[in-house]
Amino acid sequence: MNINIVTNTELETVEGEAGNFTARLVNYPRYIDADKCTGCGQCAEACPVVAVNEFNCGLDCRTASCIKYAQAVPLVYTIDRASCIGCGICETVCLAKAIRYDDQPKRMELNVGAVILSTGDEVFDPTRFDTYHYATLPNVVTSLEFERILSASGPYRGRLMRPYDREEPAKIAWLQCVGSRDLNQSDNPYCSSVCCMYAIKEAVIAKEHARESLDAAVFYMDIRSYGKDFERYYERAKEHGIRFIRSRVHSALPSGDGDVELQYVDEKGRLQSEIFNMVVLSVGFQVSRETMELAGRLGVDLDAHHFVKTKSFTPVATSRPGIYVCGSIQGPKDIPQSVMEASAAAAATGVLLTDSRWTQTRQKQLPDETNVRGDRPRIGVFVCHCGINISGMVNVPEVRDYARALPFVVYVEDNLYTCSQDTQVKMAQVIQEQGINRVVVAACTPRTHEPLFQETLLNAGINKYLFEMANIRNQDSWVHNDPHAATEKAKDLVRMAVSKAALLEPLRDTELDLNPKTLVLGGGVAGMTAAKALADQGYAVDLVEKTTQLGGQAKSLYKTWKGESIQDYTHRLVREVEQHPLIDVHKSTELLKVDGFVGNFTSEFSNGTGERFSLQHGITIVATGAHELKPNEYLYGKDPRVITSLEIDKLFIQNDPKLQQIASAVFVQCVGSREPHRPYCSRVCCTHSVESALDLKRRNPAMDVFVLYRDIRTYGEREDLYTEARRQGVIFIRYDLDAKPSVSVNGERLQVLTRDPILDRPVAITADLIVLASAIEPSDNENLARFFKVPINEDGFFMEAHAKLKPVEFATEGVFLCGLAHYPKSVDESISQALAAASRATCLLAKARVSVSGMVAETNPALCSECGTCVSICPYSAPYFNERGKAQINAALCKGCGLCTASCRSGAIRLQGFDDAQIFAMIESV
Amino acid sequence: MMTQLANTQKIGSVMVVGAGIAGMQAALDLADSGYYVHLVDRSPCIGGLMAQLDKTFPTNDCAM
Repeated sequence: MNINIVTNTELETVEGEAGNFTARLVNYPRYIDADKCTGCGQCAEACPVVAVNEFNCGLDCRTASCIKYAQAVPLVYTIDRASCIGCGICETVCLAKAIRYDDQPKRMELNVGAVILSTGDEVFDPTRFDTYHYATLPNVVTSLEFERILSASGPYRGRLMRPYDREEPAKIAWLQCVGSRDLNQSDNPYCSSVCCMYAIKEAVIAKEHARESLDAAVFYMDIRSYGKDFERYYERAKEHGIRFIRSRVHSALPSGDGDVELQYVDEKGRLQSEIFNMVVLSVGFQVSRETMELAGRLGVDLDAHHFVKTKSFTPVATSRPGIYVCGSIQGPKDIPQSVMEASAAAAATGVLLTDSRWTQTRQKQLPDETNVRGDRPRIGVFVCHCGINISGMVNVPEVRDYARALPFVVYVEDNLYTCSQDTQVKMAQVIQEQGINRVVVAACTPRTHEPLFQETLLNAGINKYLFEMANIRNQDSWVHNDPHAATEKAKDLVRMAVSKAALLEPLRDTELDLNPKTLVLGGGVAGMTAAKALADQGYAVDLVEKTTQLGGQAKSLYKTWKGESIQDYTHRLVREVEQHPLIDVHKSTELLKVDGFVGNFTSEFSNGTGERFSLQHGITIVATGAHELKPNEYLYGKDPRVITSLEIDKLFIQNDPKLQQIASAVFVQCVGSREPHRPYCSRVCCTHSVESALDLKRRNPAMDVFVLYRDIRTYGEREDLYTEARRQGVIFIRYDLDAKPSVSVNGERLQVLTRDPILDRPVAITADLIVLASAIEPSDNENLARFFKVPINEDGFFMEAHAKLKPVEFATEGVFLCGLAHYPKSVDESISQALAAASRATCLLAKARVSVSGMVAETNPALCSECGTCVSICPYSAPYFNERGKAQINAALCKGCGLCTASCRSGAIRLQGFDDAQIFAMIESV
Repeated sequence: MMTQLANTQKIGSVMVVGAGIAGMQAALDLADSGYYVHLVDRSPCIGGLMAQLDKTFPTNDCAM
């Protein structure tokens, strides 16, 4: 509604200034009229051209008239004029008369207040790695090609096959860092951040897809499983039997029958060779030439590796005011980080344009709702082919004709895609013309498509709850292989849906006012950033901090990985937050109790003097942080020369002169991380130690500096620091978990014993300073989790609603998450996530009202026996005893799960939309 | 005076260039919080690189 999708279009220039830009764009021809095309696919079916299908990475073919994939948005075909032979067949078959052979490029102008750049990266093309023979050996593929091979909608329909002979491979090797961490054959010295994890994922899924047992081996330099739950995934992959071999493979050679021989040197320096049926190159990311040119035209600065340049404290702001950035164009990153940054960019834009909010948006005009209460049901049934997803197994016309004879059915129709835009228009028309007052769609799952159809009902002027879906795809055509039986089952499912639909009643969504105040818990960088982003948009915030000071962990941090002073930034931020007229800061304050729900929370606190007070707020942001583990090994606490990462930062901040006098320093990584009792990686410690090692070298170039590590995880452009440290003579020695280094006092100095895996012998290092890269531990979050009914993961960090797509939300509406309480992360990442939480909160605050679904439970006080079962069983605390002692449901808290309905012994609760009568009607019709 | 004028004339619409997962999320957030969004992409449809992926870890959810 308020998103105008402009495809086939390139941005040329942006003139003007923040708040008022004029953008000039070119819209390239599609040769098919987007307004007329219905996405039916007749043109592609008739097209005689065979062209390489880029979407499937050239592993199969397409026609000249095509869409990228079945779920494409917009679902409009395009003619690829480069491969079109101009035969004119598509024009004759197109019933919508949408073909436009004479289509021309069009110039257009847009007037906008801000611009967000999110053009992403391109994947590295390994053709020039001649030693891997990607261009000549068909069974050497890129990881993206392998994604398409695994995909059910890919060239091999999800069957694990190799391109050369379409045989299932028995042995597959993944080669990491192809086009990343490499200045030899590519110009990409940085780490691409995601390849380790996608390679492990591909190996795990390939093993699942394989009909015979699959031998999967990953050749790597360091496994960088630094994200939330990544290390567990890596450990599980090892348990699944995936082999991890630490080596950079130097050659891949043809070995007859399409096989590939890998030659490599193992860690002990021995030459090895192994034959695989297939090799996957884990290709990295780089900024495309087009993006570099675009940045040049816009006057946006790029960094040394051509990513858009940003500062750690303003991670989504480019060098040009009013132009923001998010996603992998800002630096290689994974999906959750991209999603967070996207919301962060929206928050930054919101701060800039807050005065013009709602000035350009459009309001949807809905027709008045027809009152159907008491009317005889008139049911319309729409049966979907879902392309061939359903009709490949189920006889759709037969199901349609069967539905025609069912009670109360007045209209039936079948569609190629019932969900397509043109079908929605037609459906609304049919509902009005035929006086339909109940709609049944036999197609896929309500989880994804119910909202779409409900909107069509609203557009047609009937209540959106007068709708029922029969899932004849996921529960039928996809899971059966007997067409006759599948068709009969589809009829059963449609009959059940129709019998329920006849009993459906209109329901009302409730609209509630939203308290525009936000409570932010935690006064570290994340909490302060979120509070400030909301306050700068005009929303009042209460910021609650447990300790006596704002600042959190940032108070003890020296520099960001890009080298900016964290102390200066934190002091400035604390001052801005404390002086902000819309932020109330409550220090030395603890949360005692929370009541309410999205839009209307009431929380109770006690402050430093033991005084109790309460605050009302519509939104909550949890930014309660985490802390550094105090180690109990390596003589920590017993010898003052053994310190933690934060303690060396303190020496740096104070510019302690004793740093100059050290002759030898040793960093020990993974202290308390990646151990059986704390299996996660603390993400920031590798970068922090490498950065500190460099700082020591800068202060005293003669100093011996050692880093004892398990895998160096300087992901993304942080890899530059690792390269620089080796250049400055910092010595990196790997150790294994089962042979950890030991520290002892040797006369006046300290001694570290470890085993060097390359020399394959013990090494003794004399040291004056030992820095332990200690784990980041979550706070005790139990109480908070209970107060807001939000989950905690096995490691004690809060668990977001969806690891990829909802990285700052909780399943509890109106409660958001950011900073270290979510997982260890660097300052720039905390700031991004805090801005993202503010943006998601703004989506609620800006509307000022919350809508609550009508599908909620309802009690009948006359039947209620006041037993309290519903009150105790509800996971959302929706039922309560009212002033007359009878159970009542708070609709705003009810999720419609049905637990109370099923457990009520008196039959006093009904779940609206899932009434007993409706369910029994379905059962009886089976 | 000029700056004051400029402030009142800020435009409540935003252009997002690139409609991959990041661009789509930014567009949704902006549209939901009161701005009109032009979501621009060079390709004939939105979705970006993620649409080409099979599954995502650690949950092995379908990327599409």
